[in-house]
Formats: sequence, structure tokens, C-alpha cells
Amino acid sequence: MMPQKAPDHIVKSFDDELRKLREQILAMGGRAEAQFADAINALAKRDSDKAVRVIESDKGIDAIEMLVAQDSLKILALRQPMAKDLREVVAAIKISSDIERIGDYAKNIAKRTLQLNQQAPLKPTGSIPRMGDLAIKLINSVLSAYANDDAEGLIAAWRSDESIDEMYNSLFRELLTYMMEDPRNIGASTHLLFIAKNIERIGDHATNIAETVHFLVHGKPIDETRPKGDTTNVAING
Amino acid sequence: MNAISPTLAKMHGRKVTVHYGSKQALFDVDLDVPERMVTALIGPSGCGKSTFLRCLNRMNDVIDGCKVGGEITLDGQDIYDTKLDVVMLRARIGMVFQKPNPFPKSIYDNVAYGPRIHGMASTKGELDEIVRASLEKAGLWKEVKERLDQPGTGLSGGQQQRLCIARAIAVSPEVILMDEPCSALDPIATAKIEELIDELRENFTIVIVTHSMQQAARVSQKTAFFHLGQLIEWGDTEQIFTSPKDERTQGYITGRFG
Repeated sequence: MMPQKAPDHIVKSFDDELRKLREQILAMGGRAEAQFADAINALAKRDSDKAVRVIESDKGIDAIEMLVAQDSLKILALRQPMAKDLREVVAAIKISSDIERIGDYAKNIAKRTLQLNQQAPLKPTGSIPRMGDLAIKLINSVLSAYANDDAEGLIAAWRSDESIDEMYNSLFRELLTYMMEDPRNIGASTHLLFIAKNIERIGDHATNIAETVHFLVHGKPIDETRPKGDTTNVAING
Repeated sequence: MNAISPTLAKMHGRKVTVHYGSKQALFDVDLDVPERMVTALIGPSGCGKSTFLRCLNRMNDVIDGCKVGGEITLDGQDIYDTKLDVVMLRARIGMVFQKPNPFPKSIYDNVAYGPRIHGMASTKGELDEIVRASLEKAGLWKEVKERLDQPGTGLSGGQQQRLCIARAIAVSPEVILMDEPCSALDPIATAKIEELIDELRENFTIVIVTHSMQQAARVSQKTAFFHLGQLIEWGDTEQIFTSPKDERTQGYITGRFG
């Protein structure tokens, strides 16, 4: 196994560049995590002001992603990194694009919250925050694994995505029942369904990050099949 | 060590040790050279990579006080067998050096020299054909066919190195050893040699010592990392450069020591 902390490069500025790349990813991840938590909170509290702030702050995440892309390209061109350094740069590119997607989904949740806030509250609004909390915990643990260059415990986090998928499945069924009960629920239920799907996708991006961090640390992929609990494609018939 | 099966390897090194006088330069190196592949030997200066390369065609024999131990075989035959003709061995295992070193002769004679002394051609026509084919394989024919009678030393550095490769392949060797063949060349000449190495791989087994990580990554299929006279890690080039197993390999190729 690789040492957790490699000694410095002979060329010091290379270390600075790699460190900066990691800091940017962590800053970006922190923002996406906070933005997602705010979106869930805005939904639970029916707080439209907060939802608007979430929508506006997504630009910040996109801007960091651009910076990461530029810096990664520069390192690849000028340093021609090898081994762990190469994995470091490739991981930065992949993780930043996953984080960018997480930010987008958070923004979409906030947009739907604004719509929902125009209508009477629907009961499942209560179980969505629980699903959101699970996803936030997952993002948090994969980002700490990245920050500490430590893949221990990563597989446990990676597996927890399954619970998110399961919650999504039960929410899906629950919302279907609401829609069948009263067609006036269809509008709000559809928004909630998309929100739940967004959270489920956020969980998937977090597991992608877990896989990337595992590759970054160990140089090989997680050798298990990815947890997949979304069965709604068959539920609609059954 | 992840040794490959003996049938696939052109050359085997087993417990190879080298002493220069009282100083030991190589320690029990077990390394196989797979057939029709490029094997790159990398490592910091003084790590033993060139020493190992020179063991493969007994170039160390000519160095005073140099003692080689262990076993090296070519197609299963011990190359340090006392009954073995070293001149014949070097016809089977050719070498290209760091600095292009054409003979002070014409371009034609540089390439024809080996086939002549080994009696490979009985007529002028046959010899002409060997010279043409070798220069073509070395990617030099088009540039020199109009001036074969001019001195090889008058060519550019990159052309001289390709002339040396043509000279090496003129005697139809099975293995070609290259000791930093591009270190004296500019990037364009280097690219031409690298392209040539890739083409030669179809017919020859190649072992190359290089200080350029990128070059090792570009041209080789197997990479061996040496450090302080020991073979630290050996494996597929892609694996060595993306996820080396040993932290010393990691440290060297990422520029942390060496």
C-alpha cells in the first residue's frame, strides 16, 4: 500500500500546484454540500428566500469547476505527472464534474421548492429531508476521505447509497398513491418525485466520487459491484 | 517478482550480480526480457540499469575488474558459457549507444561492415541489398540513398543515430540493446527514433535504458525500475506509470527522489 503522505517533490512548485488543486476541490465540495443542505432545508421550512439564494450560489460552484479544469490541464501539459500524481489530476477532473452535477441538482431542488411553496403542503415533504440527510452524510464522508487521502471506511459510505435508493423507491410508491387518490395532488407530487430523483442522483454522484477516491488512493477500482437499489423502472408495472 | 513464463521470454536473468573490483553494482537481479517487446530499464544514475544492460551481451567482459555472477540465458542458452563465441553472441545481440558513434567510413561501409565480417553476403548485389534493407528499416534510406559514399560522420546527430541502428540491424540480431539512444538528440530526432523502436519491435526484442520517464512510458511495454543495484519493481509499463506497487518506484517516477 502507498504511504498516506508522500514526501515532497524535488520541484517544490509542483507540490504547491497539486495542493491548490485539492483545496479547490474541497472548497467546491464544501459549497455544494452546503448548497444541497440549504435546498433541503428550504424545502422542509418552505423558505423561498433561502431557495432563491441556493439558485444564485450555483454560479460559484461552476466557476470553481472551470478553474479546476484549467489548472488540471496546465499540470498535465507542463508537469507530465506520473503514477499517484497522474491519478491526483485525473481524480480532480472527475470529482469536480461530479460536484458540479451535485450543485446543479441542488439548484433544481430549490427551483422546485419555489413552485411547491405556491401550493398546499403535501405529506411526503417530511420524508424527503431524511433522504436528503443521508445523501449529505454520504457527500461529507467521501469528501473527508478525499481530504485525508484515506480510503478506509469509504466502502461503507459507498454502500450507504443503497439506503438512499431504497428510500427513493418507497417515496416513489407513496407519491404514486397520492396521485391516484386525488388528481389535484399530481402537480406537487410530480415536483416531489423529481426532487427525490435529484437526491437519488446526488447519491450516485457521491458514490462516483467514492470510487474515484478509492482509485486515487489505491491505484485500482473498488472490486465489488456497485450497489444499485433503484427498482422504480419495474415498480410502475408491478 | 512477477516473472513471466519461460517460454515467452527471449532472455532470462537469474540472480545476476556484478562487482566492479570490490564494489558491488548489482544484487541478485531476476529479470526476464520478453520476446518482440520493448523492455525499458529506468532508475537514478548509478542504480545499475546500464550495468545490467551491458551484462546482456557481455560488454562488461572488457572492463577490468568487472565480475559477473548469476545466470543469463538467450533462448535458454547460458551466454556466459566459456565455450560460447562472444563475437557471435554480439551478432545476435546488437547494441546502440548513447552518443552516435559511426565508423569514420562511408555510410555504405558503416552498414556493410558487420555483414562483411560475418560473411553474410557472397556477392556485391547481396551486400547492397542488406545495406538498403537495413537503412530502410532504420528509416534513413530516403535521406541517404544518393550519398552512400559520403562519410557517416557527416550526417546530423539524429541521422547518425539511425545509421548506428541500421548498422546494428544489418547483421540480423535477435535482440537490440539501447543505452540512452536519444539523450544526445533533439525532440524531432528523438521522435523519429521512438517511432523506429516501435516498428522494430515487430522483428526484434529490444531493451532500452533511458533517463526519460516519458520516453520509457511511450516506447516500452515492460518497465523495470532499478535502485541502488537492485531491481525494485518490474511489470507492464502502464501499471508502473499509473499505479506502481513499490513506494520507491512511486517516488522516483513522480520526481520525489533520484
